[in-house]
Amino acid sequence: MNDRPFIVIGLIVFVAFVTTPIWRGVAARNVALAAPEIKVPAQEKHCVAPVSYMRTSHMHLLNEWRTGVVRSQQRQYTAYDGKVYEISLTRTCLSGCHGSRQEFCDRCHNYNGVATLNCWECHNDKPTARSEP
Amino acid sequence: MKITRKRFLQLSGLSLIAVIAKKLVRGVASVSASEGGAKKTRWGMAIDLQKCRRKDGCNLCIKACHSSHNVPHFADGRHEIKWVWKQSFEDVFPFAQTQYTRDVFAGVPVLLLCNNCDDPPCEDACAVGATWKRDDGVVMMDWHRCIGCRYCMAACPYGSRSFNWQDPRPAISAIHPDFPTRTKGVVEKCNFCEERLAKKLSPLCVENCEEKALVFGDLEQPDSEIRQVLRSRFALQRKPELGAGPSVYYLT
Repeated sequence: MNDRPFIVIGLIVFVAFVTTPIWRGVAARNVALAAPEIKVPAQEKHCVAPVSYMRTSHMHLLNEWRTGVVRSQQRQYTAYDGKVYEISLTRTCLSGCHGSRQEFCDRCHNYNGVATLNCWECHNDKPTARSEP
Repeated sequence: MKITRKRFLQLSGLSLIAVIAKKLVRGVASVSASEGGAKKTRWGMAIDLQKCRRKDGCNLCIKACHSSHNVPHFADGRHEIKWVWKQSFEDVFPFAQTQYTRDVFAGVPVLLLCNNCDDPPCEDACAVGATWKRDDGVVMMDWHRCIGCRYCMAACPYGSRSFNWQDPRPAISAIHPDFPTRTKGVVEKCNFCEERLAKKLSPLCVENCEEKALVFGDLEQPDSEIRQVLRSRFALQRKPELGAGPSVYYLT
């Protein structure tokens, strides 16, 4: 039973190591994190859906748009306020409003650590002329 | 588990009723579906081979298509991506020649594109539902869904599909802003200009042919231009014996 001190110390080190993420979280809580600076579109007042919805669920909306265009030829979207938009990531979202992928999409995605933004591997991220539906 | 004769007969009867009910529902559904789809569309194309070879080395249609659809150009032939392309007559119609025409037509280029088949083998081969035939006959692809297994390429009897072995963007001289590019590991092919069909425009290859060698239209409408052409001229399909039912016809 002479090994008892070693075992206890070893256990303490082990528990401290395993719970590091918790301690780091507790320490980080005191650090004020600045929200990402996102460039808000100048020429438009409303998005295609309320801001709170877009913040939490824009990915679902974009998936619906994608499936609609590709699979059921649904190329127009009637917004909650009755306005009709062309369904197009580049023409409507980017060119029509947000203007810059780097200053809008990337900033928030990088801040939140969701960097796997693969829309732009195929879709054009340079703003083009906006076409009316 | 023990089962009485009475219970067995009850269960058998119920199963029989369930099967009959299912058949009835299916039957009613298919009848009402065919009534609803009375105005059917099936897009098709007729290529006039005489007009097409009038100008030597003309590839306006290919240029128009490839530049608008962001089709990359790789110097290495193994990485070639093609939506519309040309191949020599004897490769395209190996059984449509006699010993006499062989001398004349050997090496004569024939314009090729996705046949947008009636019963597309690529659709059956696709394991993830990334390719399918639309109601208007266009064989569509969902590039978001494609996993790059290339089963469709093996299944296509016409070699209409290409695979992106590399990132295509560096190989596109000028990216057309209104059409997405593809990405590494995705299969692509001619989409019959479905983005233009949605705007009631005909495909780019048809519009950019100076000889008006390509006729595009609805094969389901008896009075459409393409049906009239197909009535008045002798037309070939590629490998009709396979039963895929190509929508692209070649006027001889």
